[in-house]
Amino acid sequence: MTVEATAGAVSRTQPKIANELLKSRVGAAMWFLLPMLIALAIVAGWPLLRTIYFSFTNTSLSSLYTGEWIGFKNYLNWTTLKSGRTVFSGLLVDPAWWNAVWNTVRFAVVSVSLETVIGMIVALVLNAEFKGRGIVRAAILIPWAIPTIVSAKMWSWMLNDQFGILNDLFLRLGLISHKVAWTASADTAMTAVLIVDIWKTTPFMALLILAGLQMVPKDVYEAAKIDGVHPVKVFFKVTLPLVRPAVMVAVIFRLLDAMRIFDLIYVLTPNSASTKTMSVISRENLFDFDKFAYGSAQSTLLFLIIAVMTALYIWLGKVRFDGGDR
Amino acid sequence: MAHIELKNIKKSFGLVDVIKGVDLEIYSGEFMVFVGPSGCGKSTLLRLMAGLEDITSGEMTFDGTMVNALAPSKRGIAMVFQSYALYPHMTVYENMAFGMQLAKSDKDAIKKRVEKAAELLQISQYLGRLPKQLSGGQRQRVAIGRAIVRDPKVFLFDEPLSNLDAALRVATRLEIAKLHHAMNSATMVYVTHDQVEAMTLADRICVLRDGLIEQVGTPLELYENPQSLFVAGFIGSPKMNFLNGEIASKFGANTIGIRSEHIEITDRDGAWKGKVVHSENLGSDSYTYVDIGAGEPVIVREEGTSRHSPNDVISIAPIPTKIHRFDEAGKPLKH
Repeated sequence: MTVEATAGAVSRTQPKIANELLKSRVGAAMWFLLPMLIALAIVAGWPLLRTIYFSFTNTSLSSLYTGEWIGFKNYLNWTTLKSGRTVFSGLLVDPAWWNAVWNTVRFAVVSVSLETVIGMIVALVLNAEFKGRGIVRAAILIPWAIPTIVSAKMWSWMLNDQFGILNDLFLRLGLISHKVAWTASADTAMTAVLIVDIWKTTPFMALLILAGLQMVPKDVYEAAKIDGVHPVKVFFKVTLPLVRPAVMVAVIFRLLDAMRIFDLIYVLTPNSASTKTMSVISRENLFDFDKFAYGSAQSTLLFLIIAVMTALYIWLGKVRFDGGDR
Repeated sequence: MAHIELKNIKKSFGLVDVIKGVDLEIYSGEFMVFVGPSGCGKSTLLRLMAGLEDITSGEMTFDGTMVNALAPSKRGIAMVFQSYALYPHMTVYENMAFGMQLAKSDKDAIKKRVEKAAELLQISQYLGRLPKQLSGGQRQRVAIGRAIVRDPKVFLFDEPLSNLDAALRVATRLEIAKLHHAMNSATMVYVTHDQVEAMTLADRICVLRDGLIEQVGTPLELYENPQSLFVAGFIGSPKMNFLNGEIASKFGANTIGIRSEHIEITDRDGAWKGKVVHSENLGSDSYTYVDIGAGEPVIVREEGTSRHSPNDVISIAPIPTKIHRFDEAGKPLKH
C-alpha cells in the first residue's frame, strides 16, 4: 500500500526535483546495465546478426568469408523450366524443414502441457506439510540437475531394444509381447523423447510453481474453510488463479527451452525423421551437409518462430513478469 | 443466536500444551472478549471455536449441540482475521458473495444481502474494486462485511484491529461496537491483546494466562475487583501501582495495589513522601511518577496539568477503600 502510494505521488508531482532524481537514477541504471549489454552484444547479438547475414548469402563451410549475397534465394527460389513448369525450391517449400517445425511444435506443446500438469501436482504435494519434506524436495531436483547428455545416454541404455531395462520390465509385467525398439522405431521415437524430457524438466516446473504456491497466504485457505468451499473448488477458484502468474512464467521458460531442443534428441534418436527438430536439422545443414547458408536460413527462421510465439503467448496470456496480480 | 459452552477444553500441539483445561460459558448475543498477553492461548481458543484446529480433549457445544467434530462451515460461524484473509483475485463484491454463491443461493438474494452489508459498513462504492486497491481499514471492513453476509450465529474476531494504525483502530472499533448493537442477536467472540479494546467493546471479558482462565467478568468487575495480581496488573491503563515489603505489610498484605487515580497529592502529611521523577501532561489529565523508595516509582493521576517539576518532594495519600491487598500467591485478601 505505502509503496503504491509513494509511487503514485512521485508520478503525479513532476516538478524539477523529481525529474532530476529520475535522471540520476536512469544514469546509474545505465552504468549497471552496460557490462551486461556489452556481454550480450558480443555473445548473442553479433552471432545472431552474423547468422541472419549468412542466410542471405551462398556461404559454405569452406568459404566462410567469400560468400556472395543472393538475397532471399535460400528461403524461396524458383526456376521456370523449358516446359513452362515453375519449380520452387528453398527453405519455405522444403518438406524436411516443415516436418522439423511440426516435430518441434508437437514436442513443445505436448511436453510443456504434461510438465505443467505433473509439475503442478508435484508442487502441490511438496507444498503440503509432511515428514522428510526437505529431503523429498531436494531429491525431486535430481533429474533436472543431471546434464542432459548424461541423462539422455542413461535413458538410451534403459530404452535399448535388446538390453534395455524397460523392455525387460514391460515383458515380465506382460505389458508388451515383444521387445520394442523405442528410440529407433518411427512410431515410438517421439514418445521416448517426450518421456525423457518430461522426466527431466518436471522438477524445474514443480519448483517454479512451488515458489508461486508459497506466495499464496495461508489465511485465505482458512477463510475458504469457513466459507465451506470444497477442496477441489478451492484449487480451481482460489489456488489456481493465485498461482497463475507463476505458472505462466514457468510455461514461457519451458516453451522457449522446448522450442530449441537439441541435445536430448541428438543423443537419444539421431537421424530419426520423426523426432528431428528445427535445431537438429539446422545443425545438420550447417555442419554435416555443408549447406552453411541454408542452415543459417533455418536458424534465422527458428529465431523468428520462437520470437513470434513468445510475443503471442505474452500478449494472449497477459503474462506479467513482476510476480503477479497481488 | 448461540449459547456456547466450553467444558474442560484442552489443546496440545505435539508435546506443548497450549490450552490447559478451559471451562467457559458464552451467553447468547453476548460480546465476549478474550484478552491476555501473547502466547496465552487466546487465539488458539478462538480457532478451536472456529473449527480451524481440532480439540484435543473436552467438550464444546453450540446451543447444546456438540460441535467438536463439526466442520467450520457447518457451525454457523463467521470469522474476521487479523490479516483480513480476503481473496486477492476477487473483487469486494465477489469476496463477500463467494460463500453464498457456493451454497447455490439465489442471485438476487445474494445481491441484496451483499449490498445491505456494504451499506452498513459504508463500502458500497468499493464493491467493484480488488482488495489491493483498498486501504487497510477498508479491507478490514470488507472482511467484516463478508462475515455479515454469512449471517452467522457467532462472529469470531481474531485481533481484527492489530494491523491498523491508531486512528483507524479507534474508528473501526466503533464500527464493531455499532455492529454489535445492530446485530444484537449474534454472539460475538473477540480476541485481542489490547486491554483498551477489551474494556471498550466487551460485555464480558475473559482474561487468559498461560492456557488457563484467570478471571471472567464485566469490564468494571475486572477493573474494580481483580481476582488476581495478574488481572490487576493487566487491566487498566496506566498499570496499577504495586507495592511490596514494608509498605504492604503495614496493610497486612504481601502486595498492595493502588490505581493512579486513587492516589491524592496532599499538602498535609500524606502516607507516603517522595521525589517527583517525571510528569506526563496529556492535557485533560497528567501522570506524575513519584519515587517513594519502593523500587518502581508510583504513578499518580491528576486532573488538568501537573504543577510538579522533577525533584520536587511531595506528599501523596492513597484512598484507603481503594487499596487492593494480595497474598503471597497473588490472590486477593478480603477486607
